[in-house]
Amino acid sequence: MEIFTATNLIYILGGFIKTIEISVLAIIFSLILGTVFAIAKQYGPRLLRIVASAYIELFRCTPNLLWILFIYFTVQGSDILISVLAFTLFTSAVMAEIVRGGFNAVPTGQFEAARSQGFGFWTTMVYIVLPQTFKTIIPALFSQCTTVIKDSSYLAGINVAEFMYTTNVVMAHAVDLSQVMLLYGFVFALYFALNFGISLAVRAYQRRQVAA
Amino acid sequence: MLEGLFDPTRWEATFGAMDTFWAGFAVTLQVVVAGLALALVLGTLLGVLSTSRSRALRGITRVYVELFQNTPLPVQVMFMYMAGPQLLASLTGAADPVRIAPFALGSLGVGLYHAAYISEVVRTGIESVPRGQMEAARSQGFTRPQAYAYIILPQTFRVILPPLCNQALNLVKNTSVLALVAGGDLMYRSDNFVALYGYLQGYIVSCFLYFIICFPLALLVQFLERRSKQRPRAKEIPGLADLAAASAGTDGKEA
Repeated sequence: MEIFTATNLIYILGGFIKTIEISVLAIIFSLILGTVFAIAKQYGPRLLRIVASAYIELFRCTPNLLWILFIYFTVQGSDILISVLAFTLFTSAVMAEIVRGGFNAVPTGQFEAARSQGFGFWTTMVYIVLPQTFKTIIPALFSQCTTVIKDSSYLAGINVAEFMYTTNVVMAHAVDLSQVMLLYGFVFALYFALNFGISLAVRAYQRRQVAA
Repeated sequence: MLEGLFDPTRWEATFGAMDTFWAGFAVTLQVVVAGLALALVLGTLLGVLSTSRSRALRGITRVYVELFQNTPLPVQVMFMYMAGPQLLASLTGAADPVRIAPFALGSLGVGLYHAAYISEVVRTGIESVPRGQMEAARSQGFTRPQAYAYIILPQTFRVILPPLCNQALNLVKNTSVLALVAGGDLMYRSDNFVALYGYLQGYIVSCFLYFIICFPLALLVQFLERRSKQRPRAKEIPGLADLAAASAGTDGKEA
């Protein structure tokens, strides 16, 4: 039996699209939430700092799969909603640490200068600190993107029809080892192309930064 | 959503099943130890080879690192799980598919995956040691392997220890991939418990158990990072202070 039929291929690639959809949404939401946690941990009042630290440590010290299963069990909704929610929960903890690393690279003189020009805390943040922060953390941010793309394959554990899941479904129809190998070759190649492309782009960006 | 979270009977039932959780915890710990050992040995080897003079060896390590870093661990483990037994059978000429124990699957999976990351950590560590160190070692009659073992690698420890511990932390979390292939680890057993009883307490217990492995590691990473930022202090050399005092004394007399 032929395994790379048009129907199978469209089905598998549908999973690939879903992987990208979930990853992009999760990255956007977790970047926003992560920035909020980073501001809370770095500049917030004592209580807020403790809450943000606790959140970050909790999600940094427990497996992604645990939260995927947890959200799947407790929240009802479409598989996209569940996936994006679960990924946003723990990726925002990582994002918070990345953004905080960026804050540390902004010289304190920037704050003083902004203050002397009459900027308040939030205007300083939005116009002065955050733009500089995001510029320095772009490489870390994009390497986190590849992590999210890779980890999204954990979602096969809750039967979300992402790339690994759709491949496994087709795999069930494979009749011999060569078909299995071919399918895995295909999956590895696509994941690799996507992630390696991102990491090449990051490296090119870093080289340009160094040269500039 | 979180119904029955504070229901005492549910908590009682969960604590009654603690044996299952501890059994899973033990499997996870075993996989962590074996996987970490494999990742450290292979990662250090690949890291050293990636700084070797041989272009072929550098190429091989590059390919290994990029392949393992840019494809998902769950897919790698799934591949070993699904294709591994038949592959081994055709390689060894066995009549039946060769069964791979979940323990081997898990430790091989996380070990090979994190070896790629550790290799990069070791490589950057080696590159941070000034080139003159290798030249000096060679000029003193050290062979290249000896120079790596006695001169270069010991100097990298301070730099690579924080990211290394971070890798260990990620490795612990990634052992949960075993749950996808019915590996009997902590994640798998707690998921089974929740599926069986419908009590989400199972996830909370497993969350706590993962946390008590990972949080000390996270604290260690923070401590090591802070320490590696400090400038190295001059070593206390016994007798040096007396010598300085004595020489100061003689200086005084002469003056």
